[in-house]
Formats: sequence, structure tokens, C-alpha cells
Amino acid sequence: MRKILIIVQKEFKQIFRNKMMRPILFIMPVMQLVVLSYSADFTVTNINIYVEDHDHSSMSQALTQKIAMSDYFNLIEVGNSYDEAYQMVEKNKVDVILTIPQNFSKNMHSAQPTEISIFADAINGTKAGISLNYLQNIIAKFSLEEIEKTGIQMQIPGIETNKRDWYNPDLNYKFFMVPGILVLLVTIIALFLSGMNIVREKEIGTIEQLNVTPIRKYQFIIGKLLPFLIIGMIEFTIGLIIALFWFKVPFEGNFFLIYGFTILYLILILGMGMFISTITSSQQQALFLAWFFMVIFILMSGLFTPIESMPIWAQNFTLFNPIRYYVEVIRLVMLKGSGISNILMHVSVVAGSAILINVMAMISYKKTA
Amino acid sequence: MKTFAAFVRKEFKHIFRDRKTLIILFGMPIVMVIMFGFAIRTEISNSRIAILDHAKDAHSQKLKGKIAASEYFNVVAELNSEEEIGEIFKRGDVKLVLVFPQEFGKDLVNTKHSPIQIITDASDPNTANILSSYLQATFQSYVNEELHLQAPNLNITTRMMFNPENKSVYMFVPGVMTIILMLVSALMTSITVAKEKEIGTMEILLVSPLKPFVIILGKIIPYLVLALIIACTILLLGLYVFDMPMNGSYYLLFGEIFLFVLCALVLGLLISTVANSQQTAMLISMMALMLPSILLSGFIFPISSMPIPLQVISNAIPAKWFIIVIKNIMLKGTGFEAIAFETGVLVFITCLLTLIAIKKFKIRLE
Repeated sequence: MRKILIIVQKEFKQIFRNKMMRPILFIMPVMQLVVLSYSADFTVTNINIYVEDHDHSSMSQALTQKIAMSDYFNLIEVGNSYDEAYQMVEKNKVDVILTIPQNFSKNMHSAQPTEISIFADAINGTKAGISLNYLQNIIAKFSLEEIEKTGIQMQIPGIETNKRDWYNPDLNYKFFMVPGILVLLVTIIALFLSGMNIVREKEIGTIEQLNVTPIRKYQFIIGKLLPFLIIGMIEFTIGLIIALFWFKVPFEGNFFLIYGFTILYLILILGMGMFISTITSSQQQALFLAWFFMVIFILMSGLFTPIESMPIWAQNFTLFNPIRYYVEVIRLVMLKGSGISNILMHVSVVAGSAILINVMAMISYKKTA
Repeated sequence: MKTFAAFVRKEFKHIFRDRKTLIILFGMPIVMVIMFGFAIRTEISNSRIAILDHAKDAHSQKLKGKIAASEYFNVVAELNSEEEIGEIFKRGDVKLVLVFPQEFGKDLVNTKHSPIQIITDASDPNTANILSSYLQATFQSYVNEELHLQAPNLNITTRMMFNPENKSVYMFVPGVMTIILMLVSALMTSITVAKEKEIGTMEILLVSPLKPFVIILGKIIPYLVLALIIACTILLLGLYVFDMPMNGSYYLLFGEIFLFVLCALVLGLLISTVANSQQTAMLISMMALMLPSILLSGFIFPISSMPIPLQVISNAIPAKWFIIVIKNIMLKGTGFEAIAFETGVLVFITCLLTLIAIKKFKIRLE
């Protein structure tokens, strides 16, 4: 026990002796959390639109007005040349072109078929799809209003929907993203600190001095893990405070549950870091290996993009992704108040892999050169 | 010149000696592009939903069939009571629950109006919104078919420009290329310089007859070569595996890639002048470069929807400009005049960073 404490002490000294580490560890992540949480938002607004009006009627102007007034669109220009509009799309000044044909108002009044065309810059397919959806809704509503004005009473049959949004009635996207980004930051710090630790001792040669001490393997690994676990928990707590008090993310669940799970998760991530550290021979290698896994894990975690949309093989792959489990758990517990019985699967997977990876790290660390 | 060549040779040897890093360096872009191309989709499909059917009549059955057949939904559970809704949400099993009222079919036939309840798990607000709008469209088309309604006179045709099949690869190939080039260039240079400082060989270099400027140049050149090779690999993958179009000029494309890599290399140098160890260099690169390059560059999230202060900050991120440039050249096939402004900004950022890096570069160790 005393031996472990001594290693812990040494590690803390080594980390904080470096004056630059303190701001990197505690101030940068906070800034990241705040800035990135504001940026990660799939809601599409400020769509730049060019209206190509060949009709020049009061009706086409009314439609243009209606679009310009909506929350989603910025009317860039009203003109009558497709070429001009196309050039503006090329220069990224316009996202959507709406073409109103000649005789638009005449046809609408006489109930003749009329065709309106929409062209969207679809390089970002998701954004284009959502923009089209918004625009179609506005036009459909507009045409209904126009029909009503003509005095024809028509009841539109249909299924009435009554939508209720549970857990986040205001549809605040930050409630969804902030816990996820917090996971990301805690993971990055933990993985990189531990991943570059033992290998650093190898690189500067101090590992041999440690190897000749009577410290046992498990004491060595635990002594290396503990300081990072503590730093990770402090990091998590700071982030949680920001999430709760700055972003006002609700906390429906149990604090002990989330802290318990975070400890388990950190042990898993630190174990991975240790393992990387023992199998590589320079900090650069360790860094790249850690980065490689990190990027794949982040992208396949369901943090930014939905897992259900992936092909089946990729969905199965995410079952081996620790970040996926933590992202799910933190969202479930914080936003929906899920209890331990709801997340038993997550807990057992993370606990199992934590044990496995740490044993692997212990085995692959050899005290002999 | 001869000493300079020798110096560059030394740097290349440093890189090629380390096989593991090399494998990762070349393997990573390939794996990432393939992952993105085949696995990751930003659009929402196959979402898991549950249905609570109080009606159990012909219409509700038929509508359920229609929903199950849609590519957007995957009906995973039939619930029996309202209490089960909370339970299934808390397990995170489904994103949405659809509740049919008791008289669903009867109301639909008699009054032509029938209420249906959609309960979403709005802890994921974006998915919740999109799914319920898909559902409403499904309902409308069901009603139109069943009650033989006439299509409205106003017909809206839509066209997806530059990407008619709506492939997300078009977003990802430029994005991944940007991030990998940033990583290879900025991270690698910042670490090599920090490494020389850490193990003390920087001192040896500084007392050598080489001028500091030449030392920096020698450090940059190998990574420039490496980054260009990687850029080619990603391009080839995009063009031949994912059928990305290449509508613009290759000279222009490579000119811009060269400019961006240069910018990233200078950034790396700047970081290395600040950092005092590999670990700090790496953490700064990670935090200050990687995450903003992913999130503030328009790679995944559209910049135009961000709050104004972030839109302003995003202007300082080279990745943002580079992504616009690549998309314009490859997908829209525009010439230089359409991207002159973006190129100008990149040149400006690069020059500014170079000036700062030269100012900050210390030729003495403390």
C-alpha cells in the first residue's frame, strides 16, 4: 500500500512540475466544453435563398415575403436569371434557389396545375434535405391560404397528430450535446495522459530505475492509474458543474450512479492507455496509436451521428466501443433519470472490459528489458 | 546546400526508422476514409420505434405495416399500456412511441379526422423532430391513398445540385482529408521539435553551422512530402472507391493542398515554440487544433447555424477555408476566381503564423 502511495506521489509531482500542464488540464477543457457545445448543433438556420421570380405578380411577391419572414431563410436576392443564381451557389453565397414560373398567380387562381422548382446545393446532403423540407412546408401552407382566400371551403381530411416531447420539451439541443462532449474531453485527457506515461519513462530511460525497485507489477500499474483517475474525476466534476449551471442541463438521475460509472469507465480508458504505453516504444508512436483509436471511437460512438443509421456490421462494431456506452449512460441517467436496472448491460460490459484490459496491460508490462 | 540536404536526410531517417508510426500514418487515412464512406451516416434511418395500439383495427394494422416498411423506421416493440412508455425510454431502446386511439379506424372513415399521438424521446431533439416529420408525411400519404384524395394542383419539384444521390461521402472525403493533413502536418512537426528539446538534441542542432531558419525548413520538408503523399492516397480512395467526382483542375487542387499543408506545418512549429515537452505539444495540438478543426470547420455541423461569436471564431480556423475550397474544386468544378477569397485568407493566415513563429523561435535554451 505504501509503495503504491509513493508512486502516486511521484506521478503527481511529475505532472504538476510542468507549469504548462495545469492550464492544459484544467482550463483548456473547460473552454472546449463551452465553445464546442455551442457549435455542435444540427439545427439548420440561416439558409441563404435566391428567388428566381418569373411571375412578378403580387402573389409571387407575397410568397417571397413569406419565405423572407420565416426564421430559417435569409433572402439574398430576387432576380430572374438562373445563371446568376447558379454562380452565386458556386461562390457559396446561396444555398437554395426557388423558381417561380410565369403565370404562377394566374394558374393558382384558376386552379390549373402549376409547377414550382427548388434547387438545393446538396454537397451537405443533410442540410439540403432539411432546407427543402422547410421550404416545402412554407409553400404548402401558402397555397392553402391562397385557396382559402378564394372562398372555396375545403376541409382537408387527415390524421391529426398530437406530438409530445418527453424529457426535453423545449427541444434544447445542448441538453443532448453537452453531456456527450463532456465524455469526449474526459476520455481524451485520460487516454493521452496514461497512454504517453510509461512510454515516456521508457524514452527518457527512467523505466529501468523503476524496474530495479522491489515494486510489484500490479503495484506499479495501480500506482500509475490512480493519479490519472483522480485527475479524470476532477475534470469530470468541473465539466458537470458547467453543464448543470452554465448550460442548465437537467439532472434527473442519481449522482452516485453517474460517478460510479465514470470511475469504472476511467479505469477502462486508463487501462487502454497503459496497454498502448506498454506495447509502444516512443511517445510519438503511443500518441498516434491513441489518436487512431480515439478518432474511430468518437466517430462510431453515436455522439454526433446516429448509430441506427449505420450498416449492421458497423453497428456490431460499436458494441466494442467504450465511448458508445459512456455516451449512452450519461445521456440516459442525466436526462431521463434511468436507474441502475436500466443500464445493467452497460455497466457489466464496461466493468468486464476494464478488468480484461488492465490484466492485459499488466501482462504486457515486463520488468526485464 | 550540401549540409541542408544532409539535414533533410537526417529528418527522413528519423521518420522511416519508426516503422510503427509509419504504418499508422498511412493506415489511418485509409481506415478513416473507408469507415466514413461505408459506416457513418448523418441522415436518420432505421430508427427504433415502439407502437401502442389501442385500436387494433384494420386501419391501424395497415398503417403500422406502412410504417414498418419505411426505411426510416424499425418497429421493435408493441406496447400494451401507457406505463411501459417511460420504461422503454429509460432503457434507451426506442426514440419514439406512437399511440393509436381506440376509435382510430372508425374516426378516419366517418369523420375523416382521427387523432394520433406521437411521443418522442426529446433528449435527442434533432432525431425527435425529424422522425415526427417523417411520420406525419407517412400519415398524409396513407390518408391520400386510402381516401382517394386528389393531389393538390401545386406541384413542387426539387433537385439536389452537385449531389443528386445525396451521398455523405461528398462531405466526408474533404473533411477527413483536412483533418488528417492537419494531424500529420501540425501534430508531427510540433512533436518532432518538442522531442529534440526534450531529449536535448535541439542544443546540438542550434550550435551547428546551420542557421535556425534552415533548421526549420529542414524539419518541415519531410512532413510536407509525407502530407502530400497522404493527400494523394485519400484522393485516390475518394475517386476510385467512392466515385467522388473531380470536376475541377488538378493543378489548382494540389496548389491549394500545398498551401493548406504549409499553413498546418507553420502552426505545428508555432506550437512547438510554446510547448516544452512532447506531452504538452500533443495536448495543445489535440485541444486547440483537432477538436476545432472537426467541429468549427463545417465538416460535420453547418457553420451558418452557429451563434454569431462562433461564426466569427470559425474564420480563424484554416480547416474551414480549406474544406470550402476542396468542395468547390472537386464537386462544383469552379475555377480560381470563385475561391480567390478563401485562398487569400489561407495565404494571410499562413503568413501571419510564419511571422509569429519566427518571432517566437528561440535560438537559445533557457
